[in-house]
Amino acid sequence: MAVLDDTREMDPVTTVPALPEADTPAPKPRDVSTRRGLGDRIFRGGASLSGVLVLSVMVAVGLFLSIEATQALRSTGVSFFTTSEWQPDRNKFGIAAVLLGTVVIALVAVAIALPISIGTALFITEVAPTWLRSTLVALVDLMAAVPSVVYGLWGLFLLQGQLVGVSRWINAWLGWIPVFNVAGADPHSPLSSASVYTASAFIAGVVVAMMVMPIQCVVMREVFSQVPLGEREGAYALGSTRWGMIRVVALPFGRGGMIGGTMLGLGRALGETIAVLLIISPRFDINLHILEAGANSVSSLIALRYSEASGFGLSALMAAGLALFAVTLVVNFTASWFVARSRSGASSEA
Amino acid sequence: MTALMDDLATSTATPPAGTAMPFVTTSPLTTLPDRRDAAGVPQHRRVVGHISRHDVMVIVGALISAVATTMLVFGRFTPLDGQPGFTVVAFVLFLAIYAVLVSLTESLPAVVDRVMTALLATAAIVALAALFSVVVFVLWRGREALSKPNFYLEDLSVTGPLDPLEVGGILHAIVGTLVMTTIALIITVPLGLACAVYLTEAKGRGANLVRTVVTAMTALPSILAGLFIFATWILILGNQRSGLAASIAISIMMLPIIIRSADVVLRLVPGNLREASAALGAPQWRTVWHVVLPTARTGLTTSVILGVARGVGETAPVLLTAGFTATMNANPTKNPMVSLPLAAYELVRSPQPELIARGFGAAAVLMILVLALFTVARIFGGRPAGRLSKRQAKRAAARSTADLARFTSRQEGVS
Repeated sequence: MAVLDDTREMDPVTTVPALPEADTPAPKPRDVSTRRGLGDRIFRGGASLSGVLVLSVMVAVGLFLSIEATQALRSTGVSFFTTSEWQPDRNKFGIAAVLLGTVVIALVAVAIALPISIGTALFITEVAPTWLRSTLVALVDLMAAVPSVVYGLWGLFLLQGQLVGVSRWINAWLGWIPVFNVAGADPHSPLSSASVYTASAFIAGVVVAMMVMPIQCVVMREVFSQVPLGEREGAYALGSTRWGMIRVVALPFGRGGMIGGTMLGLGRALGETIAVLLIISPRFDINLHILEAGANSVSSLIALRYSEASGFGLSALMAAGLALFAVTLVVNFTASWFVARSRSGASSEA
Repeated sequence: MTALMDDLATSTATPPAGTAMPFVTTSPLTTLPDRRDAAGVPQHRRVVGHISRHDVMVIVGALISAVATTMLVFGRFTPLDGQPGFTVVAFVLFLAIYAVLVSLTESLPAVVDRVMTALLATAAIVALAALFSVVVFVLWRGREALSKPNFYLEDLSVTGPLDPLEVGGILHAIVGTLVMTTIALIITVPLGLACAVYLTEAKGRGANLVRTVVTAMTALPSILAGLFIFATWILILGNQRSGLAASIAISIMMLPIIIRSADVVLRLVPGNLREASAALGAPQWRTVWHVVLPTARTGLTTSVILGVARGVGETAPVLLTAGFTATMNANPTKNPMVSLPLAAYELVRSPQPELIARGFGAAAVLMILVLALFTVARIFGGRPAGRLSKRQAKRAAARSTADLARFTSRQEGVS
């Protein structure tokens, strides 16, 4: 304190300028507008042109789909959302079954992928030794880059055989829960056919989960790696274990990113075509028994029916596609909203 | 040690010359502990986060015990069966036994910590096992096709469904993928990068609108891009199914991806670089061309390569727009053209084992292509904007040495 008292006795270093006389006009702000040269005007024009071009392409896709879809929507009206059959030529079609099927497959995928992606993201940021970290990051990114047809082949030829056993096991022990019920199956009989369990929404969901997991994991890892070091070390300094630190610091900090990443994965799962198409056998009724053979999704419906469709059938397919697009759009914007308003929002650009 | 302490004491007591503030402190506020006794004792850095032999033994013991107990339960006591059930029961038992073993020596929070760590590690192992399984399985099923040189040099035009793998290959699909990707690159790279530059340079309502629409378009399911091109280009405009149509569909998928990631990379360019360039009198286009783009080059390369990796593996839009053919066709404007993912998809749906093997071969080639692209992206990218690699730093140093020599020679010429 003695030091501060001494400084007070010194002369003031800052001098206050003398105020202008009262009758002088008030100073106006300087004009700082930029005069751009020819090169800059060409550059900005070109850049804006490309922006407008991209915008018009994207808007054209959306508008065209909407306009084409209205023809089908007008002829069915509200029943488009409640009908589960798909017979455009007899004017009896709707997305109740396919859209629900898409959502069911996506939910199964997210339910399986979520624990794995959270665990992997936390393992990479918190547990793994430094030398292993970059390798793991690269491998997870690689998983995201593997084409979906490769996952589809893997699911169809390898995973399906393994998962039939899992389906049977779940049906045997949890069959009393309606979702896991399978019509016409007797899991306790060793002679029962395995075919009642194949081509189900569950198997398609597991395969899609493998595609969704890395997408979720990338977002979550990014968020967890931005947990403030001070809070992290504060938890340790208070005697926390590693899990205690994760529970009270990392998870609350990363909540927004975790929700955002999950929904981003959900959006991808909803739009997946080829892997689902390879695995499921299509059916057109509302089916919530995920272990039962047969499932359907909007994108696989389009892939199956586009070639045989008449003009009106194509319009119906576009209406279905538009409904799917609306769902994925809502999911994606909700995801970015969650990420942006969370404390970890700085990572939303990743 | 004592000399150092004396040094510190004097330096705090007398203020350095030139300080305006008069210090009147008489004694140092910080006292260093007297370490004279410890001078001769060798010091070791403490290891935190160390795995002792005891920890390893506990894990291995719990694992063996869990497997043995599960085998006993499954084989002797209950009529449980099936590999998945075995794995689940063994894993739950492992966690329980591990918790008990740790609790012998540790407190409750430590037990929870260890069990949760084991769970996190399990999640990572499951993820890696899945990736490993995918890669190995596809390579293994495709090995017979991949080992034949004709697989890369012939198309399937003269190959019957029952022909052995020595006849025919997927050259047409490889060429198709290359042609489609090249066209898609020609469309997306200039347009995507220019649009990303527009988003970062021309701030304002227009840029925000474009950014929102591009973000929305990343949600577009890929099959809808195909359906759009199928309905407009092929049905309304009456064009054939061709490689060009597929390229446009792929471009619609790739554009938002490239723009989004390039936008992020460009925004990471430090603002002071832009301001320095503007302060030196450079117009905006020169700043972008000579400062912003070179600084973000690695990141931009990565964003393009990631977009390509996505575009190469895209099956659904190609299915709708390119048609399927077994013959070689290098002309993108006429006749159907097939790409690697589409060939894999169509081939594995046939019942013939030879065709399925070819399908796996095509998938393996596609996977290797994507892995190669990805590795290239890793080598180029992975570094934030402005941070140079060793070689780049060396080149930059050489350039500035040359500049210095030029300046000095010019000054000598003047004087």
